[in-house]
Amino acid sequence: MAAASSCAELAGRNKPDNTAFTQQRLPAWQPLLSAGTALPLFFCAGLACLALGLGLHFSSATIQRFAGPVCLYYQLSNYYQNHRRYGVSRDDRQLSGDASGLSSPATECSPFRTDPQGLPIAPCGAIANSLFNDTFTLYHLANGTFHPVPLDNRGISWWTDSNIKFSNPELVNGSLEAAFKGTAKPLNWPQAAYMLDTGNPNNTGFINEDFIVWMRTAALPTFRKLYRRVREGNFSSGLPQGTYCLDITYNYPVLSFQGTKKVIFSTVSWMGGKNPFLGIVYLVFGSACILTGFVMLAVHIKFQKQNQMDVE
Amino acid sequence: MGCVNNRIKTSKYNILTFLPVNLFEQFQRVANAYFLFLLILQLIPEISSLSWFTTIVPLMVVFTITAVKDATDDCVSICSKLPLQSLQQSILQNEKWMNVKPGDVIKLENNTFVAADLLLLSSSEPHGLCYIETAELDGETNLKVRQALPVTSELGPDIRRLAEFDGVVVCEPPNNKLDKFTGVLFWKDNRYSLNNEKVLLRGCVLRNTDWCFGMVIFAGPDTKLMQNSGRTKFKRTSIDRLMNTLALWIFGFLVCMGIILAIGNSIWEHQVGAHFRIYLFWNEVVNSSVFSGFLTFWSYIIILNSVVPISLYVSVEVIRLGHSYFINWDRKMYCPQKDTPAEVRTTTLNEELGQIEYIFSDKTGTITQNIMTFNKCSINGKTYGKSVFINVLPKTVPVDFSFNPLADRKFQFYDHSLIESIKLGDAMVHEFFRLLSLCHTVMSEEKNAGELIYQVQSPDEGALVTAARNFGFIFKSRTPETITVEEMGKLVTYQLLAILDFNNIRKRMSVIVQTPDGQIKLYCKGADTILFERLHPSNEELMSLTSDHLEEFAGEGLRTLALAYKNLTEEHFKEWFKILQEANTSVDSRNDYLAAAYEEIEKDMMLLGATAIEDKLQEGVTETIASLSLANIKIWVLTGDKQETAMNIGYSCHMLTDTMNEIFIVASHTGMEVREELREYFALQALALEGDLENEFVEVACMCKTVICCRVTPLQKAQVVELVKKHRKAVTLAIGDGANDISMIKSAHIGIGISGEEGMQAVLASDYSFAQFRYLKRLLLVHGRWSYFRMCKFLCYFFYKNFAFTLVHFWFGFFCGFSAQTVYDQWFITLFNIVYASLPVLAMGLFDQDVNEQNSMDYAKLYEPGQLNLLFNKRKFFICIAHGLYTSFALFFIPYGAFYNTAGEDGKHIADYQSFAVTVATSLVIVVSVQIALDTSYWTAINRFFILGSIAVYFAILFTMHSDGIFVIFPNHFPFVGNARNSLSQISVWLVILLTTVVSVMPVITFQFLKEDLNPTLTDQVWLNLIMKQKPLQNYMRRVYRTNSRRSAYAFSHQEGFGELITSGKNIHISQYNYFILLKSGAFLKNC
Repeated sequence: MAAASSCAELAGRNKPDNTAFTQQRLPAWQPLLSAGTALPLFFCAGLACLALGLGLHFSSATIQRFAGPVCLYYQLSNYYQNHRRYGVSRDDRQLSGDASGLSSPATECSPFRTDPQGLPIAPCGAIANSLFNDTFTLYHLANGTFHPVPLDNRGISWWTDSNIKFSNPELVNGSLEAAFKGTAKPLNWPQAAYMLDTGNPNNTGFINEDFIVWMRTAALPTFRKLYRRVREGNFSSGLPQGTYCLDITYNYPVLSFQGTKKVIFSTVSWMGGKNPFLGIVYLVFGSACILTGFVMLAVHIKFQKQNQMDVE
Repeated sequence: MGCVNNRIKTSKYNILTFLPVNLFEQFQRVANAYFLFLLILQLIPEISSLSWFTTIVPLMVVFTITAVKDATDDCVSICSKLPLQSLQQSILQNEKWMNVKPGDVIKLENNTFVAADLLLLSSSEPHGLCYIETAELDGETNLKVRQALPVTSELGPDIRRLAEFDGVVVCEPPNNKLDKFTGVLFWKDNRYSLNNEKVLLRGCVLRNTDWCFGMVIFAGPDTKLMQNSGRTKFKRTSIDRLMNTLALWIFGFLVCMGIILAIGNSIWEHQVGAHFRIYLFWNEVVNSSVFSGFLTFWSYIIILNSVVPISLYVSVEVIRLGHSYFINWDRKMYCPQKDTPAEVRTTTLNEELGQIEYIFSDKTGTITQNIMTFNKCSINGKTYGKSVFINVLPKTVPVDFSFNPLADRKFQFYDHSLIESIKLGDAMVHEFFRLLSLCHTVMSEEKNAGELIYQVQSPDEGALVTAARNFGFIFKSRTPETITVEEMGKLVTYQLLAILDFNNIRKRMSVIVQTPDGQIKLYCKGADTILFERLHPSNEELMSLTSDHLEEFAGEGLRTLALAYKNLTEEHFKEWFKILQEANTSVDSRNDYLAAAYEEIEKDMMLLGATAIEDKLQEGVTETIASLSLANIKIWVLTGDKQETAMNIGYSCHMLTDTMNEIFIVASHTGMEVREELREYFALQALALEGDLENEFVEVACMCKTVICCRVTPLQKAQVVELVKKHRKAVTLAIGDGANDISMIKSAHIGIGISGEEGMQAVLASDYSFAQFRYLKRLLLVHGRWSYFRMCKFLCYFFYKNFAFTLVHFWFGFFCGFSAQTVYDQWFITLFNIVYASLPVLAMGLFDQDVNEQNSMDYAKLYEPGQLNLLFNKRKFFICIAHGLYTSFALFFIPYGAFYNTAGEDGKHIADYQSFAVTVATSLVIVVSVQIALDTSYWTAINRFFILGSIAVYFAILFTMHSDGIFVIFPNHFPFVGNARNSLSQISVWLVILLTTVVSVMPVITFQFLKEDLNPTLTDQVWLNLIMKQKPLQNYMRRVYRTNSRRSAYAFSHQEGFGELITSGKNIHISQYNYFILLKSGAFLKNC
């Protein structure tokens, strides 16, 4: 008896475990692409796309009416902010206010790392060096005279950019200028970084919002960047109809590379700025889905019977 | 000098050498070296389009996984080396097999394997005789005799004298000829010539011999067996080879893209960049547009190299390893009798199991159990015994042999009428069994009273004599002149006058005996075709009746012998005996004279009946072969055994019947022709392997559904496999259990060893091992099919995914001045292939099932896509590439259109580079996740977890990397701070992601749906069928038909020469030795 039991024990010693995992019997769903699932999917998706497309299309079309706060953009074309050599030419450590970044900028900034005298440039790199420096002033003709329209330069950059990614070096004796001591201004700049907005200590140096907007490089060679917002006083609910005059201080050369500059006034909607593309694609694709759904239905009805007969 | 010991080294590493050796090996792989080269490229700042970590992190992960896998593989091979048999050695010395060296004298005991090629010195049997079974070597089932030199056999079991044995052997160098040996022994100033008869080869099993001593001549790799086993080749699957080709193509494609973009860069720098210099100066190194183009080429190679990702090879390995474990764990391939589970010994071949077109099988021990049982008989025109095909019902009681104390317990017979006839004293029945108990060359041994042991040299004879024994005609003992039989409880001693021995031409053997009452009788058994020609004319009627029965037996695949007797007068016998003696003493052409003398007396015999012996097949062989041939797999049997026995097995496992059946139905005469051809090729085959006939042989053989090659040597088995591999370009599988199958196992794409028996040699050389032939069906139709299916799906998806991921950079190149700017964040590029998109596809590669195991087995036709290579081939590859291309197009251009000159909800940026990167990356992760969800057909909890988990992990990592905290610590490495938060809070970004996903996925669903409707695969039909809950598809469930063909089922695994041994009395025991001591001697060999 004992021998028999030990024999049985031995017989089972190498027997694999009987679990759902080892025996490949894990419970599973086996969804099938059948007419019952695919066709409703197509019709629903098509209808949803059509609905979204219509919504997008109309909200994009309404943007023209200048209702609500107006944004003032500048647009550059044929301008390659997304070029790799351009895009890497910055030092985020320096821009975050790090002292060592100030004294010895990253090698990526080269050839805008140091000035001919060997002083480190702050902010270094090609992006900072090519800061857009045209200025715009808007006048509204009211009662026969042009009154300047108040342009708000606050909150044009991302909060995370102006509060975390960019910060000025620690003040030396309460002076930003002293903090920048020992650095050179970018070659193309008329003045040093700490003088970008002398009137507002919260908008000068690295945390100047125009600078931050510029430093957020564009994805495509044609891009627009937010310059100012019109949201104060009489203009808080849009630009009223009337005559306006835009005064442009032309500093920034673009003709050499066949670039263009534009100034754009636009309002925004729930889906952002005006862009008809999404709406149109949704509409087209929604229609295509429904059309395909019908084709599939027809094919299915025709061939399903045949296949069943084959099987039988 | 140059002597080799018996050890065969298998493991590669030890603890100290592991790291350097493994790293060195890994770098030798072309792919890894290529990635190292890329890594070096990235260290050049002007070229580096990606940070160094984007390559090094995946490379480290890959190296670690590969190293762990190699280490476990090596551990397994170390472990498998341990259970070698140990031998007793020297006076009180145990030795392991691997320590045996040429010159050692070792002792072997009954039923043990011969460990090395030995010169037989002495044995327990008289005259230094020794019996061996060579099934492991050549597949033949009968015993063979070896005899020691008289001078050495005198040494007997005397350890002291054996220890002093100092003979010198000069012999041929190691070679692979199993049937030849030439050498000379110099001992005590004499020379003795040695031949094959004095040598025991490694792989044989000692039988019927209590012990023997031998001196080792060849050991380890020098033994004839190992010389025959061919070289171990590194096996790769056809998918591996295809993958390498595709990798080269992709590499070419990569270079093309690089060149296009580099040229674009040169032109751009020249036309556009030149005017843009005020903002984008040349730096010190890059200062001309041509040089910039050159550098850009390398930069793009780095960026775009993810089309052949590092993780591909390692993922494939991981999937294969997983499949291997599933095979190891399969309880349905576990044999409880032998306590052996299936084992995968080479883990890199699994998907090839789903592509097998040819199976080469050994016969003895693989298809058959090598057990013969007396199954039926026909006596005087009446058949006894139940059909082997009517399964023994529980209520059928086997014949009770308890009346017979000497009956063999294992013998079972299911027809009670036979025992009734015996008890009633039917004279013909008695004569029938008397013949069986007298006409043979079996030796008996009665160890204790009532315990009778037969030493048989062929299992057929054993079965016949055992049958006679159970039916009351017990062969008790023999001397050279007498045979003693207990007939129905009464001892009768017959005078043995002559044994007319068996040989392959005569196909019969006879004995002439004199009964105690003086009657002289000739008893003969042999092939029906031969015997029927020698019958007395009065037997006409009985003959036709018996031949009907023989046909019936043949139809069932039984091995038949016809039995006849003849009464002789004393004068007639004396006259003939004179002729015999003259023939015996003649010097030249003695054999011819003997044959003529035998012919003279074996005529005008009276037919008694016929026996039918079942060569027991392994369990489930017939069903397995039937299913596999339904799956369009061609099965060839390669055996060293005789034509008759091999063909017989062909019929009994329906391999031949089935083939004939199909041809016979069309037109009977072509059937004959095909059969003739087949026959012809049995004969031709040896020739065919050498000369120009090669091609013709393969042509004809491949037209046949079944091919049986007999009398092939181990090396020829490998040659047959090589031939098919070469001419057919098909995937081959070889299965065998013995040492003689090693060469074939090694040369086939897949080698399978039958494990669980004593001999492990085939298993050690094999890629897979299991205990029973029938598991082959499950291995191929379930595991192989799934492996192939999963691997193909995995590869399709993997290439798709990487193209979709990578080609976005290509499109972007046209909009960023071809500057090798990446679309994605560097960290995303680093992690995409190893974190975000690896686990779901791995889970699919490991667990996916299109149909369950039962359907895989039921619908054998489902196996065909693998053989036709339908699921992953160049065409499929291009479809995947096109799919990837389309997805990358949608991934880039939809965000492009949506972000063109637009702004966010609050009027701020969303069209900046970083937001664009996040949008495209998020779209990509979602699109590939949806795609894997569509591709997965078997959603286990693991799949669900991995797919949802991957998306969750993506967002978790995204928000972490874009968080304030990590930026404060490493400002230069995580410049995307705040990006996820800002971009992903925009509705329009989500609308873009949604649109991209829908546009990428919908056309795929459309194609799948239309394909299922317009051109359904069998899998689709099986599903359709399951949904409609119908009966199984009839046309895929063909039955196996059995037909009777007019043929002789004669088969007898006997060898010439035993008759002479018996009449000379050489093998009759004189005394019993009882020594079990081994020794080592100072004898040495000269040949090494």
